[in-house]
Amino acid sequence: MRRLRQDDIAPEPVAGNGLLDRRIFLAGGAAVAASAAQAEPLPVEPYSRTPGAGFTAYGQPSKFEKVGRIFASAPGTTGTGAARTPLHLLTGMITPNGLHFERSHSGIPDIDPDAHKLLIHGLVRRPLVFTLEALARYPMESRITFLECAGNGQLLNAKEPAQAGAQGLQGLVSCAEWTGVRLAVLLQEAGVDPRAQWILAEGADAAGMSRSVPLAKAMDDALIALYQNGERVRPSNGYPMRLLLPGFEGNMNVKWLRRIKLTEGPTMTKDETSKYTILQADGKALQFAFPMEAKSLITQPSPGLAMKGAGLYEISGLAWSGYGKVAKVEVSADGGKSFAPAALQEPVLSRALTRFRLPWRWDGGPAVLQSRATDDTGYVQPTRAELLARRGPNGVYHHNGIMSWSVAPTGELKHVYA
Amino acid sequence: MSMRDRLLIAGAVVIAGAVLALACAAARAESPDLGRVATPDEIAAWDISIDPSGAGLPAGGGSARQGEAIFAAKCAGCHGEKGGGKPNDQLVGGQGTIATDKPVKTAGSYWPYATTLFDYIRRAMPLPESKSLKDDEVYALAAYILARNGIIGEDDVMDARTLPQVRMPNREGFVRFERGR
Repeated sequence: MRRLRQDDIAPEPVAGNGLLDRRIFLAGGAAVAASAAQAEPLPVEPYSRTPGAGFTAYGQPSKFEKVGRIFASAPGTTGTGAARTPLHLLTGMITPNGLHFERSHSGIPDIDPDAHKLLIHGLVRRPLVFTLEALARYPMESRITFLECAGNGQLLNAKEPAQAGAQGLQGLVSCAEWTGVRLAVLLQEAGVDPRAQWILAEGADAAGMSRSVPLAKAMDDALIALYQNGERVRPSNGYPMRLLLPGFEGNMNVKWLRRIKLTEGPTMTKDETSKYTILQADGKALQFAFPMEAKSLITQPSPGLAMKGAGLYEISGLAWSGYGKVAKVEVSADGGKSFAPAALQEPVLSRALTRFRLPWRWDGGPAVLQSRATDDTGYVQPTRAELLARRGPNGVYHHNGIMSWSVAPTGELKHVYA
Repeated sequence: MSMRDRLLIAGAVVIAGAVLALACAAARAESPDLGRVATPDEIAAWDISIDPSGAGLPAGGGSARQGEAIFAAKCAGCHGEKGGGKPNDQLVGGQGTIATDKPVKTAGSYWPYATTLFDYIRRAMPLPESKSLKDDEVYALAAYILARNGIIGEDDVMDARTLPQVRMPNREGFVRFERGR
């Protein structure tokens, strides 16, 4: 969150409670007046006088940066759970690899890449085994795409607003540049039997995590991802290879991928029946909700990042859609009574996180901040109440309702329902 | 259009088609093709997924009576005595709650297919040493969970033939998602 002192020129708000035109910073209408409060001569620090530290093999963030994931594991386990991305401490659209969210069902396997194999079999003309070395010789493609756990945001189903911030409530979404081999190329080499309509993808972890995926998606934009933001995929994200299905719920992007079986129908694995299905109030559960729906949230300011006095701030956040590009993000400072369009940071990519920003002149009074995404199919992110009215409170997964942060006159932010 | 023009056009079309066909063939031939053909034995060791048809279920079998001691020794620590849950997932009970305000999702009340029990227990359970159970033990544990849920009898043997025939109470409880729901 950036705080700016108010300029002599006070632009007119474009929506309630002080939201300003998204172009105000660009137009220079909100230029910061310089203050002459500095009394002492600017110091020349010791590090400006003597040589600094030497080189390291793999760089780390500054020791002054307290940035990290928060995580929890099921009782009696150490790696069966999730670690959440600190969305409130990051900006831009790309998640650093060490902070990418992670959801594992039985820990992170310690895989020797030279021993790892990918088997493609089932309804194919000839079953094939690939080594990592072989796959590394294939033509590669990159996709900048978000991954979101289907359970991200599930606390919004609760009756009372959970007291957590962006990380605790929505930290199971991240975005990276994934590079690898098109799955379609490997499937064509194996020779797809016309009876095949699905694939089963299975991991080499102790849970043997497995999901059924429509063959159409596998033949479309699916990758066997070997690289994450330019380096080999991290162990926590599937080293040495994971399935990447742009836009589809995180769980289907099977990590530590070891096997793909072509089948006529879905295998009905544990995770696509007993989990990752949306139970509605009438007792019927929605199954195979693959793409993650259009969604957004404000990351700055947000709980844990207190505002320091009235004045000009930049509201910033993330929006995404598993169905395509973000077309529009609107921001409200009055709990949804009025909205103003935010600026979208280029590049705006299909199925990638998109950063939005909007200037806000906070008058120091109570406010409720919201964001609402619209994607390029015309779908508009629903309110929490609309979503719950449709599905009931027990859907657990795929909750994409609008989030609300209340701002108190002290500058503290809190998760609320509005 | 003269006959000569027609012949020229027809010829051009044929040539264009041939060029396209060659290009497609070339595109296929250009695929790296660096996979090695897998042998049936290699595949069998990994091919552990079981779909609702039960295809691929191994030989052997087991009943709830046989599964009781295995469950107590290897499963109850996480899933509770007789599968009643805590500290981890509840496996037994909950029938009749799925359409209420407080649904209790268990293998008995929610899972649509019994074959998933065999698939999942064999690949992932017990958590500290997955893939360690013998096929007879997996069948017996599946039978135990089904019997505790009142879906089969205490001495009904679950095997490659009987398990896929089990009708789960929530078999019709799922509908295909459509956008906007």
